[in-house]
Amino acid sequence: MPEFTLWDIVRNLLLAARWTVALSLIAFLGGTIVGLGLLLLRLSGRRVLERGVGAFVQLFQGTPLLMQLFLLYFGLAMVGVNTSAWLAACVALTLYASAYLTEIWRGCVAAIPRGQWEASASLALSFGQQFRHIILPQALRIAVAPTVGFLVQVVKGTALASVIGFVELTKAGGMIANVTYEPMLTYACVAAMYFALCFPISLYARVLERKLA
Amino acid sequence: MNAVPEPLPTGGLAGTPHTRVGAPILRITALRKSYGTHEVLRGIDLDVARGEVLAIIGKSGSGKSTLLRCINGLEVFQHGSLIVDGKHLLYDNAKAMRELRQGVGMIFQNFNLFPHLSVGRNVMLAPHLVKKRGGPENEARARQLLARVGLAEKFDAMPDKLSGGQQQRVAIARALAMDPAIMLCDEITSALDPELVGEVLRVVESLAEEGMTLLMVTHEMNFARKVADRVIFMHQGLVHEIGPPAEVFGAPKTPELRQFLSSLHD
Repeated sequence: MPEFTLWDIVRNLLLAARWTVALSLIAFLGGTIVGLGLLLLRLSGRRVLERGVGAFVQLFQGTPLLMQLFLLYFGLAMVGVNTSAWLAACVALTLYASAYLTEIWRGCVAAIPRGQWEASASLALSFGQQFRHIILPQALRIAVAPTVGFLVQVVKGTALASVIGFVELTKAGGMIANVTYEPMLTYACVAAMYFALCFPISLYARVLERKLA
Repeated sequence: MNAVPEPLPTGGLAGTPHTRVGAPILRITALRKSYGTHEVLRGIDLDVARGEVLAIIGKSGSGKSTLLRCINGLEVFQHGSLIVDGKHLLYDNAKAMRELRQGVGMIFQNFNLFPHLSVGRNVMLAPHLVKKRGGPENEARARQLLARVGLAEKFDAMPDKLSGGQQQRVAIARALAMDPAIMLCDEITSALDPELVGEVLRVVESLAEEGMTLLMVTHEMNFARKVADRVIFMHQGLVHEIGPPAEVFGAPKTPELRQFLSSLHD
């Protein structure tokens, strides 16, 4: 029976951690793009669109991320769409992140005084111009800290992608624990790596919060 | 079409008349507005001639601010029609709405400057985006307008570094930069410390002298008496009395106006 050193464990976990980082970044970037689109729809002033986005947000905030992953992975397979665990995880996490981000940003936009909309409307700016030149720059200042803070949730959320067989940090940890019979040591290393990823981010969020407040 | 007025040599700000003289620049017909079941404006008819200065007075809740905000479409009314400079107010046509708003400047009680932009950029933003006015020309015009309101040296300052009176004067310059045919003033001195009211009113008065069409909701009765051509007393969503200041202030016809005027002296 082969012997495993601590370095073997850590080395393999680090390799898998790349996928956690990649998945986090894709979910965060995808969530940003989709979330921004949803935000614009929500601000469009059309009742149907606003309701639709509201329902989307409620759906994704009101169900466990785990179920969203299951439904996307197995559900798409059932209707004949051939998905990989990688693709399903990216899509599910993107939608999950977009639902939360659009809600965070909606709050930030709502925090901008009505007078800013009214003054810019009175100057004959279009909705797009108002948003781009007046509302967005001001909302962005408020939004940076909570948005970066949410990135921590996304990083930890990627752990759930392990249940559909995607090999990222958590899944790799499980596999290594099975082989080495060292679950405590392995999972301690896994937890340490998540912490090493998340702690600097939340620290940065706090710095931003102080700086932009 | 709306002629873009050339800046006059004297630093004149009002648009040159381009419709036939005497035609109303603003025509409001049977305008009604309600919030839910509560009717705030109950049938307003009003014609305003080019260059006319109107002061709108009345108790809070009489609908005077709502009326003003209907004129540039910040409030939606349910019945009646509103024509500004020959353009009908059409809510569901965003393009027509923007065209109408180009001719209607508005100054707010709370200034509503854009806090993330410098004073100069506050003034230049809308002409740049909407009128596609080019860089040097736009900047020259902005500097001219800021000089006009006595704030030439504040071009690069941020709004939060200015006093309320200075902020309001920037807001006036910002509205003027769009070369409006009508200027709406919504209680523009109400948020100011008393010692800052004068500097803002002096700018408004000079606009009136230069022939700008002005509609102002105001609590400054002395100013209304001095500057306005006509004073409108609004009561319960209607134009209750209207006439020259001497008549409205000097010989009020209705008990409501008499009561309102005497309440001011308490």
